[in-house]
Parts: sequence; C-alpha cells; structure tokens
Amino acid sequence: MADLKTKFLGIESPNPFWLASAPPTNTGGQVMRAFEAGWGGAVWKTLGKPITNVSSRFGAIDYAGRKVAGFNNIELITDRPLDVNLREMAETKRRFPKHTLVASLMVETREEWKEIIKQVEDVGSDAIELNFGCPHGMCERGMGSAVGQEPKLLELITSWAKEFARVPVIVKLTPNITDVTRPAQAAKRGGADAVSLINTIKSIIAVDINDFVPLPKVAGKSTNGGYCGPAVKPIALHMVGSIARDPAIGIPISGIGGISDWRDAVEFMLMGAGNVQVCTAVMHYGYRIVEDMIEGLSDYMDAKGFRTPMEITGKAVPNYREWGELDQSYHHVAEIHPEACIGCNLCVVACDDGGHQCISVKPEIRRAPIVHEPECVGCNLCELVCPSPGAITMRQTERPAPHQY
Amino acid sequence: MKKLTSDRFETQFKDFKPALNGVEAFEEAQRCINCYDAPCIKACPTGIDIPKFIRRIGSNHVRGAAKTILDSNIFGLSCAECCPVETLCEGACVYNDLNHKPITIGKLQRFAIETAYDANMEFYKPGKASGKRVALVGAGPASFAAAHELRIHGVEATIFEKSEIAGGLNTTGIAPYKMRAEVSLREIERIMKMGVKVEYGKELGRNLQLEQLVKDFDAVFLGLGLGADSRIDAKGPASPRIMGAVDFIAKLKTGPASDLAWLKKVRTALVIGGGNTALDACRELKGLGVGHVVVSYRRGEADMSGYVHEFKWARQEGVDFWFYTLPTGVEAAGDGVKVALNRTKVTSAGKVETLEEMAPLTADLVLVATGQAKLESLLAQTAGLKFEKGRLVVDAKTGRTGHAKIYAGGDLANGGMEVVNGVAEGKRAALAMHEGFTHG
Repeated sequence: MADLKTKFLGIESPNPFWLASAPPTNTGGQVMRAFEAGWGGAVWKTLGKPITNVSSRFGAIDYAGRKVAGFNNIELITDRPLDVNLREMAETKRRFPKHTLVASLMVETREEWKEIIKQVEDVGSDAIELNFGCPHGMCERGMGSAVGQEPKLLELITSWAKEFARVPVIVKLTPNITDVTRPAQAAKRGGADAVSLINTIKSIIAVDINDFVPLPKVAGKSTNGGYCGPAVKPIALHMVGSIARDPAIGIPISGIGGISDWRDAVEFMLMGAGNVQVCTAVMHYGYRIVEDMIEGLSDYMDAKGFRTPMEITGKAVPNYREWGELDQSYHHVAEIHPEACIGCNLCVVACDDGGHQCISVKPEIRRAPIVHEPECVGCNLCELVCPSPGAITMRQTERPAPHQY
Repeated sequence: MKKLTSDRFETQFKDFKPALNGVEAFEEAQRCINCYDAPCIKACPTGIDIPKFIRRIGSNHVRGAAKTILDSNIFGLSCAECCPVETLCEGACVYNDLNHKPITIGKLQRFAIETAYDANMEFYKPGKASGKRVALVGAGPASFAAAHELRIHGVEATIFEKSEIAGGLNTTGIAPYKMRAEVSLREIERIMKMGVKVEYGKELGRNLQLEQLVKDFDAVFLGLGLGADSRIDAKGPASPRIMGAVDFIAKLKTGPASDLAWLKKVRTALVIGGGNTALDACRELKGLGVGHVVVSYRRGEADMSGYVHEFKWARQEGVDFWFYTLPTGVEAAGDGVKVALNRTKVTSAGKVETLEEMAPLTADLVLVATGQAKLESLLAQTAGLKFEKGRLVVDAKTGRTGHAKIYAGGDLANGGMEVVNGVAEGKRAALAMHEGFTHG
C-alpha cells in the first residue's frame, strides 16, 4: 500500500481526494460521514448571503442506457443560515483534525469578504476557495462566474481575500470563457495560492418534447444551469493542462470535472493537478466510491514506482504540445487481425463514411476486412469503433509520398 | 372461423422465453453494436433488417421498430416467439464470436410488435383495386403472408381452408411453451382486416377442384402444408392412447382441456421419432408433469433432424432418450399401451438394422412423430406440378410451379420447415404474381 498523504499548499491530507463544494458537502453530518468513508478533504458548500433554492434543481442525460453521463444543476449556494454552517464546520474540524476542511465563499463587497473570511478561519478552515465559477443564479447578481469572466474584477477580489486571509486562498475558475489561462493569470496577479477548476459549464440539459419545457422544470419553466459529470472530463483536462503548462501562472491546481474513479484522478494529476475534487460521482453512487479510488491509486503508484501522489503531478504536461510542434513525419496504419475479428464490419462503414475509404470486405480472400495501406492515413477511427479487443491495432510505417489528387 | 375456447390445455404452460419489459428491451437494444451488413439479417429467411429495428427500440421509437419488422415479415410476432433463433439470427450474432451472450433478437422483436399492437397501431392499408384475383389453398402462414402482400397491391385474395380454424400449424402446431394459438390468430385478424376472404370447410379433391380454381382466378397459390401424421400399425382396439404427435399438439393447443383430462394421469409416455416434432412433444409432456418421458429413435444422437438446442433443453428437463431403438410392436390394452422394442444399428451404408429384442415398455401414452404424409398423389395429376422427394418443385426466385398460373410455398414446397420459411415463400410468390399481373 503506497503512502497517499498529499500536501497541497502546505496542507496535508490523508489522500489527494477532496469533495468539491456541492450538495455532498452541505452539512456537518455529511462531511463527517465522508471523512469516515475515506475522503481526504472537503470543500464546504459555498457560504454567502442567504438565498432560496428552487424545486426541481437537477437534470441528467443518459447515454446508451447508462445513467447520468452528464449532470446539470440550477441549485445556488447554501440555503442554510451561516451560523449553523459555521458551528458544524467547527465541530467537523474538531472531530477530524487530520482531514482538510476548505471554506468556499461567495460574497460581494470588500467588507463582506473581510468578515466572512474571519468567520471561517475562526472555525478552523484550512484554506478558503473563492467561488468565481457558478454559472447560474449568482452570476446575475454580479457574483460567481460574473467575476470569473472578468479578469480585472477577479484579480481585485482575489487581492482583497489575500489581504484578509491568513490561510491559503484558492480561486475556483469558470470554464465559461474563451481562454482559461487569462483568469488564471489574473488570479496569480491577485496573489492566489492556487486555482481549482473547472466549475460547471453553462448548459440546458434537455427539453421535454411533449410539453416543450426545458429540464429541470420549475412550475412549467426552466433556466440554464451548470453542466458536470463524466461527459465534461475532456474539457476539464484541457483547461487544467493549459494552466499547468503556462509559465506565467505556475501555481498549484486542484483538478475538478467529471472525476469518477482513480484513473480519472491520475489523468488529472498527470495533466498538472496537485489534488482532485469530486462531486457528481458521489451524488450518483455515494461517498463509498473513494474506497476504490484509494486502492486503485495505491496499486497504480506501486506499479509505476511513485512514492507519493505529488510525484504524479504534471508528468504528462511536457507531452501536451501545440499542434505545430507535432512530428509530421510520423506515420502509422491500421492493421486488422483476423483471429480476433468478429466480422461486424463496423470498421468498414466507419472508414467508408467517416474515414478515408481504405477498408474493404473481400470474403473471397479472407473473413476479416482488409486495409488498403497506401490509402490509410492512420486516423485511428476503425480502432476506436472496433468492439473486439485487439482486433485492430496501429502499426508504424514509413510515411508514404503525399497523395496525388 | 372457429373461436378458441378459453380452457385450452395450452394455457397451463408457462412462457419458456418470457417477454421483456420496457427497461429490459431498451437496455438489450443498447447492447447491439449495429453491425454493418449484419450477419443476423442474412440468417433471417425473411431478411428483417434487425439492427435497424433494434436501433429504433433504442431510440424509443417502437412504431418504427415494429414497422421495420412487419415490412419484411407480417408474422413478425409469431416468428419472434416460435423461430429457432438459436440457429438463425441469434446464432449468427457476432457476439457469439466474442464469447458474449448474443443479442436476444427474438425477444426484442416480440417486444416491438406486442407494444405496437397493444397500442392498437395500424400499419397497412389495401392498395387500389387492380382487378386481379388470386385463390390460395390452405390457411397457413404461407397463404396469409401471400394474401397480405397481394392486398397491399390491390389484388383480391381468397383463401380456401379445409378445417374451421385459420393459421395452419402456426395456430395448431407450435409448442405451447413457445407460443399460444391466440398469437397466431391475433396476426391473422390484422391480415383479415386487409380484406382477405377465407372460405372454411373447403378441401382440395373433396369439394374444391384445382382445375376450377385455375379457371376462376388469375393465379393460384398452393400453401397446403403436409398431410396427416405417419401412423404405426397397432394391435388391439383403437385407442386414444396412441396418437400422432402433430394431432396431439393440435388438441393440446386448440381443444378444450376437458378432452385431455386423462393426460393428468399419464405417468409414462413414449415418443417415437428424432425430429423437431418429437422434441416439441416430449418437452410438452414434461411440461405437463409426466414423470417418465422416453424418446425412442432408431438412429443415434448425431443423426437427429431436431435442433441441437431443443435436444439439450429436453435433456435438461429430464427426457430419457433411447437411441438405436425401434418400437416393433404396439398394442393398446385398457388404459395403457404395451410396446415391444428392439435394439438397432446403423450399417455403414446408412441403413437401420433391427437387432435383438429389449425388455418391453408399458406406457400410458404413445405419440408417433415420424413425419407427416406428403400430398403428392393429390396434386400430381395436375399438368405442370412436379414432385421431388415429396416436395412440390417451385422456382427459387418466384415460387412458381411448372404450371404458369400455379405458385406454391410453405411445407408443401419446402418439405417441412419453419413458419418463417413459409412466410418468406408466401411473400415471394405474391410479389412474383404481382409482377406478372403488372408486367406479364
């Protein structure tokens, strides 16, 4: 069993798995149960001025019979009184001193920031996370993603927080922008100790085709919400990697976005995350998923010879390059192995209609489809659609002369 | 048409392959990988575009799924339940090569059509009257499939049936744990709504003459199937305890249970034969709770013409198979039947040779499943109708016999195959007739 203890901003957690600020961290009872289950840290459900939440709040898309491939919410920050949250945070920290407790905050004025930062530090928060990401409800009030989309404003509020805070300050970024490195650079200029991303993506999850109301429905109407879950992982990985390789930023990253198991977590860490935060998978399956994450990460580290999770961070970043830096002389072609081929011909139709028309069926020659190598551009489409493991692989070859049209 | 009684014996059988519910069907549909040029389509005698209909179930478009099936096979519901999918579509599924469970195509097909029919969805209307008229002899699935196709093209279709019930073996001959008679009639009622006429009690050679039909109609389709069960010479008085298997199954399916009340007391039963009718019959007897069911077959396991999967199921259900045995004397005695049996061997020339006598068997019931009579002599005198090995010879593309106006399909022409073959052959003939009427 590898040692999973992780230091992030100087704060030690039993492992790199934190719960993101969201419904699973709404109450002390929940967070304490999560810590008992094995979570290394938790970012408390965002605190701020009292609000009222609506009913319903969530929507999900299923894909090919699998539930919750993507998830969306129109819930706002905590709707419980601040003093109740503070009391429960204090109790949680007292009972779980070795676990990391982070306060997520969202207020408006300099004075409000000053006051709430003091309050959460007084109850023992190890760090604060500034919620500049929420893309619904709060942004119309000038908070959440409204701040995350304005680098100057983001920098200003970050500098306030740094002025008042004794504990480290993490800035949570919204993905609802053109280039995520801009707000990350602004956070750095404002003095942020780290960034966390991604928050949810502005979305409409689905539309009821019978009554013409988008989902989720609130008394026959709906609004845009925040999209998350397994479907957003590729978007989040790109944004984490973009920040990790930007020398103008250079501060730690807490990775968020569709992480459901240990492998997802490792991918985020390889792309530069110092730790990861999870929400949707817990909302789907409960806190217990962390057991598999702990065991899986440990086995991975043992197999790869990593002594601490921190050694994983950023290992893939040097391999993430601009398109123009790629080796354009490299070439490979598809190879179909008849002994593993089941004859579904999905590669044939995929290559014909969506590829480069280089795979054909010649039953009189052999049962498996045949690749016409000179026409194969090595796009991988056939390998991706093939349902039989090992039936199609890619083999490196000499790059052929440019195609004559 | 005679209505089915509600107290049929067959209603006591449970569904061997229970229907899928909506969630199960949706999930199973997602498993299909949508092969291109899929092997399951080629394995279906009616060529249903299986990946296409499964994709429609997977997108919650059941009407489109049912339409896809019915466009190819108007008996899509019957075939979903009674087809030997293990050797047809499901046997061809590429998942077999991945050592995965093949897609349960039959169950998905049943789901699509049952859901559509339960919602009273309508799919077809008769075409504009073409003025052409076709007579169809025998009210089995081949004739009904042909009649449906003819009505779509505006051709009048009149079916002549010797019995009082429609559907042929699809109604009276499918093992009740696979499908009940009402499923067959449900599909036939829909075809009847297309304006198909049926005249019951009309038997070829008795009160119906082929020459007259040829004169009165623009074309004739022969879908008579096969004749009565083969018989064995039994000594002693005529006894209901010695029966042809096809006859037995028909009684089980369409007769009142009270007629067969004595079946409940049967302890030992003997089924003679090695084909699919013998396998159906022995499994039915097991399903009825008969303690000792023996199948006597004069050749070996590998020689059986019945499906391997049916044989395995029969074995699992406890049927006792006596290979290389031959009943040589059957004698009814009171409520029982005394059966003398001999051992056999198959010579290198493939002939069955009778060897020494075995201990006799006393059974409460003997079912003979050694084949059905061929109707060659009934039809052979008509000019142009030729028989080979008991089968009426037809053209493979059109189903036309040697007589320009006579077409045929189903068991009469294929020697005894599945409902799905009959449906395909009926449709084939109807399309060829239509083609002849339009361009001939």
